[in-house]
Amino acid sequence: MAVSKIFPDAAAALAGLLHDDMTLMAGGFGLCGIPEALILAIRESGVKGLTIISNNAGIDGVGLGILLETRQVKKMISSYVGENATFAKQYLAGELEIEFNPQGTLAERIRAGGAGIPAFFTATGYGTQIAEGKETREFNGRHYVMEQGLFADLAIIHAWKADTEGNLVYRKTARNFNPVIATAAKTTVAQVELLVEPGEIDPDHVHTPGVFVKRIVKLDHVEKRIEQRTVRKRAA
Amino acid sequence: MPWTREEMAIKAASELEDGWYVNLGIGIPTLVANNLPSGISIQLQSENGMLGMGPFPYEGEEDADLINAGKQTVTTLPTTSFFSSSDSFAMIRGGHIDISILGAMQVSEQGDLANWSIPGKMVKGMGGAMDLVAGVKRVVILMEHTAKGEPKLLKQCTLPLTGKGVVSKIITDLAVFEVNKGGTPGLVLLEHAPDVTIEQIKAQTEAEFFVR
Repeated sequence: MAVSKIFPDAAAALAGLLHDDMTLMAGGFGLCGIPEALILAIRESGVKGLTIISNNAGIDGVGLGILLETRQVKKMISSYVGENATFAKQYLAGELEIEFNPQGTLAERIRAGGAGIPAFFTATGYGTQIAEGKETREFNGRHYVMEQGLFADLAIIHAWKADTEGNLVYRKTARNFNPVIATAAKTTVAQVELLVEPGEIDPDHVHTPGVFVKRIVKLDHVEKRIEQRTVRKRAA
Repeated sequence: MPWTREEMAIKAASELEDGWYVNLGIGIPTLVANNLPSGISIQLQSENGMLGMGPFPYEGEEDADLINAGKQTVTTLPTTSFFSSSDSFAMIRGGHIDISILGAMQVSEQGDLANWSIPGKMVKGMGGAMDLVAGVKRVVILMEHTAKGEPKLLKQCTLPLTGKGVVSKIITDLAVFEVNKGGTPGLVLLEHAPDVTIEQIKAQTEAEFFVR
C-alpha cells in the first residue's frame, strides 16, 4: 500500500511545505476555481516574503487578497490584478512587486516549466514593453520573443473530484489554470469537493493524472463566490 | 449623426462569417453577439477556458463555476466545450480563432494597438489582450472615435503598445477604416456615418487616411 495522499485538513496538507521567501503557484481565474481553503491555511501559517504566480490576485478579503492584507506577499506574477484595492495601495506605496505577463504567455510559461522546457518563443508581446530585455528571433519572416518556463516550490489548486490516487476532474470554467499549475511545482496540493475510491473515475475522464498531485484535502464545504452576477429575464 | 453603439455593433457583426470562432472583448464588443446577421452561426470563445458560450443565466440559475473572461455568469450550449487556460491560449496563439473584436485607447495608422496601460496610473494588467492580437487571424477594433475630444486614431501610439501592426479594421462612431498592410501602408476610409463629412472626420483624426 502506497503512502496515503489524503490529509484531514488544509493545514495538515501544507505541513512541512511552507517557508519564508518561497515561490507559490495558485490556480483560479478571478474567484472561480481558487484554492480558498489552502490560501486561508497559508495565511494562518504566517509564512511571508511569498512570490506568487497566479493569473489574478483575488479581491479585497477573498482569495489571494487575504495574503496581501497580512503583507505575506513580496511579489506577484500575474496577467490582471484589476479588482483589488489593497493591491493597488501596496503597489503604489512600493511595498509590493508585480511582474505582468500576457495571460497566454503566463499559461505557456507554466506549461513549459511543468514539462521540463526551459524556454520558448512566442509572437505575443513582440514590439511591446513585455519584450524589453528579452531575446527576440525571427522565424519564417515573423518576430518572436523568448519567454522562460516557470516552476514553483509549491502549487495549490482546486478540483471538483479526486480519487485517492490523485486523479482529478475539474468542473466547468473552474478548470482554468488549475491543471497546468498542477504540473509545475515540486509539490502540488489539491483541495477537492468530492473524494472517491480508485476506479470510480473513468480513466478517459481524468483531467489531471495522479502523478502530478502529492497531497489532497477533501473540503466539507466550499463557498463559491460570483464576481459579476449577470442574468437575463424570463420571457413573460 | 454619428452611429450609436448598437449601430457600431451591427457593423462589426457584419465582419463575421458563418462557422467562425470568435473572441469578443469587454465594452461595446459584447454587443456584437446580440446583433448577428440572420443565417450566421458562430461559436464564442472565452479565454478563461470555454468555447460555445451561451447567454446569461436566468435568475436563480447562476453557477459560480461557469463564468466568462469578464467574470460574468454565463450558460452552456449544446456545442460547448471546457478546457484549461493552456489549451485556451493554444487556440488563440495557434491561429485557430478567426477573429477578435476589441476596444482600444489608441490605434496608429500602421495598425499598432494600445489598450492596456496608461503611464502614471495604476496598471491593472493586459490579461489576454496581447495574446489575442498576436494570435487570432483578424483583429477588429470597435471604439469611440475620440476620448474627451482627443483623437484616438494617431500617427503613432503614445501609450504602451498591446501589439505592433496587429489591427486589420477600425470601426468608430464616425467611420470604418481598413489598415492597408500591403501596397501603400496607412488607413483607408471605407464608409462613414450619415451626415458626417470627411472634413469633420479629418478634424478628429490625427492619423492620415485615404478615402476610397
